[in-house]
Amino acid sequence: MIIRLEPRGEPPRWLSPLLTIAAVIVALLVGAVVLAFVGGDPVKAYLHIVKAAFGDVGVLSDTLVKATPLILTGLACALAFRMRLWNIGAEGQFLLGAWGASAVVLFPLLPAGTPSFVVIPVMMVAGALAGALWGVIPGVLRARLGVNEIITTLMLNYVALAWIQFWVFGPWSEGGFQQTAPFPKEAWLPRLTDFAKTVPAFSGLTTHLGLVFALVAAAALSIAVSRTRWGYEMRLIGDNARAARYAGIDIARYVIVVFAISGALAGLAGMSEVGGVVHRLQDRISPGYGFTAIIIAYLARLGPWRVVLASILFGALILAGREIQPSGVPAMIQGVILFCLIAAEALVRYRIVIGRRAPSAA
Amino acid sequence: MIDLTLILAAGVASGTILLFAAVGEIFAERAGVLNLGVEGMMLIGAVAAFSVTAATGNPWLGVVVAMIAGGLLSLVHAAITIQFRADQVISGLALTFLGSGLARVLGDGLSKAGQISTLPRFTVPLLGDIPVLGAILFRDQSLMTYVGFVLVPLAWYWIERTRPGLNLRAVGERPAAADAQGIDVVRLRYLYVLVGGLLAGLAGATITIAISPGWFGDQTVAGRGWIAVGLVIFAQWSPIRAAIGAYLFGAIFRFIIDIQGVKTILGAENPFQAGRSATFFLEMLPYLFVVIVVIIGSREALRRRVGAPAALGIPYVRGERGA
Repeated sequence: MIIRLEPRGEPPRWLSPLLTIAAVIVALLVGAVVLAFVGGDPVKAYLHIVKAAFGDVGVLSDTLVKATPLILTGLACALAFRMRLWNIGAEGQFLLGAWGASAVVLFPLLPAGTPSFVVIPVMMVAGALAGALWGVIPGVLRARLGVNEIITTLMLNYVALAWIQFWVFGPWSEGGFQQTAPFPKEAWLPRLTDFAKTVPAFSGLTTHLGLVFALVAAAALSIAVSRTRWGYEMRLIGDNARAARYAGIDIARYVIVVFAISGALAGLAGMSEVGGVVHRLQDRISPGYGFTAIIIAYLARLGPWRVVLASILFGALILAGREIQPSGVPAMIQGVILFCLIAAEALVRYRIVIGRRAPSAA
Repeated sequence: MIDLTLILAAGVASGTILLFAAVGEIFAERAGVLNLGVEGMMLIGAVAAFSVTAATGNPWLGVVVAMIAGGLLSLVHAAITIQFRADQVISGLALTFLGSGLARVLGDGLSKAGQISTLPRFTVPLLGDIPVLGAILFRDQSLMTYVGFVLVPLAWYWIERTRPGLNLRAVGERPAAADAQGIDVVRLRYLYVLVGGLLAGLAGATITIAISPGWFGDQTVAGRGWIAVGLVIFAQWSPIRAAIGAYLFGAIFRFIIDIQGVKTILGAENPFQAGRSATFFLEMLPYLFVVIVVIIGSREALRRRVGAPAALGIPYVRGERGA
C-alpha cells in the first residue's frame, strides 16, 4: 500500500478555512497528549485557558492587552511575508521600538511635564522610527547585496536584546535593578479604566490606546495591500519576482520600503507595550511576541483582519499559559500549531490518495 | 591575563559545537533541503543528552539518545518539506519553535540536577607535545573536539570525492537530471536531512555533556543553531571553510569571557570588566560578526558566481519544471 499526494485542481473555497480550524484543533489535541505525558491534566489546563482568557469582561480585557503587541508584530510579519521577505526580526524591532519610546522619556528628549498629547505622539514616532531603522538594515543588505534576510534579522534580535540590557542595567537602571524608573503619567497611554468616572463599567479594565493603533494599522494595511497600486505591485513581486522585474518594478526599493514599514509596525508594538502596559523599560519586556507573530501571520494566511483574530487567540494562550507548568507548554503548542497549519496547507493543495499501487502514468 | 593559546584552545573546543551543527546543515543543504530548525534540534539534543546522562550516569548513552532525538525531529521536517512539499523556511521555523518548547517541557527542573558525568577529556600523546599547535589542538580537549577533527575531512571527502557524494550534489543541484539517472531523489533528501538532524543532536549533546556541561533552558544553545546556519553561507557549503569559521567563532566566544576578567587594557581601565553594563556590547559581538560574515559570504558568492546549491529550497516533483 502506498500513500501519494495528487495536486487538486481548484480547491473549494470552504476547504482552506475548514482545514485551518481543523489544524488548530489537532494541535491542541497533540498539546494535550504531551501535557498528559509530562504529568499534567490537559482538560483542566485547557478549561483554565478558556476561563483565564475569556471568563469575564476583566480577563477578556487582559486578553486584548496581550493581543495588542501580537496584532502589530503579526501585521509586521504578514506584510513582509506577502513579499516573501522572511522578516524573523520582529522581536528585535519590537525591542528597539520600546527603547526608542523610552528614550523620549528617559534621556529625556522632551522636558518633564510636557503634556500627554505631545509626549505620546512623539513616543509613537520615536518607537516606529527605531523599529524601522532596525528593519531597514536587513532590508538594505538584502536589496543591495543579496544577503539572506533570515540570518540577519535573527542575529539583530540578539543584538537588540543586548542593547536593551545595556540601557536597563547601565545608564537607565533604577537603583541597580534591571529596569528603568517608571514613566511619568503623561507618557502612559490612556486605558479604559481611566474613564471609569464617566463610564463606571470600565473600572479596572486595562485595555489601552495601543489596541486602537493595532486596529487602525490592520485597516490601513488591508486597504494598502489589496486596493492600491503599491499593494498590487508588492503582491506581484511576492508572487512572481521575474514578472515584476520585466514589468519594470524597482524590486530593491520595495524590499527596503516593506522592511521599513514592517519594522515600524513592530516598533510601534514595542512603544505600545512600554507606554500602555509596563510603563517602564525592562529586561524581559517581550515573552517572544516577535516570534509568535510569525505563527500568527501564517495562521492568518497573511490577511490583516485575520491577524487580529489569530492574535486574540494567541493572546489568550499567552495570558493563561503563564500559569501552566511546565513553562514551555505554550511555546510547544505554538510549534505544533504551526506544523499542523503547514500540513493543512499541503492538504489544500494536494489530495491524499491511498492505493495499492500507483496508477499507470497520470 | 589573556593567554592567546588558551583562548584558541577553548575556541577550538566551543567551536566544535558550531562545527557539528554547520556540517550537518551543509549535508542537508547540499541535498537541496534548507533546514532552519537547527536551533530546535540542538536544544532537543542538548536536553536529551543531559537528562539521559543525569538519570543513568552514562554519557555515551546520552550522546546516542541526543542524536536519535535530533534525527527524529529532522524527519518531521523531511516529511513536511519533501513529501508534503511545504515551504522549507516556515517548516524549519516551526521545527525551532517545537524543539525549543519541547526542550523546555522536558528540561523542566533539570537545572537542579547538579554535577553530571561528562565525556572524557584527554591529551593526544606525541601530537600534544608539538609547540603551540599541540597546546591549541591536542591538549586536554574533549573527545568531541577530536571527533570534530576527524569529521571535517571525512565530510569533505564524502561530498567532493566519492560516488555517493556526487549523487548528493546532483540531487541538490539538478534533481530532475539526477532522477533521470536513476537516483532516488526523495530517499537521498530524507537521508541527508536525517544526517543533519543527527549531527545537530550531537552538537546539542556536545554542549551539555562535553564542552560546557549543564542545562540552562533556552539559554543552553543561545542562538548557536542560528549562528551555524549563518556559518554555512559564509562557508559556501564547504565543510572545511565551515570548520575554520566555527573555530573562529569559538575563539570569539571565549575571548568575550576572558576579557571580562582583565583590569586594565593598554594602561587604561578596562570598561568591559565583569558586572559592567558595557559587557552587553561584548555579548553583541558574535551576532554582529555573523552578520558581517554572511555579508562577506554573499559578496564573494556573487563575485565568484558560486552560490547555494541550485535546487536549495525547491521541492522536487517529478515531471514539473523545478530547477
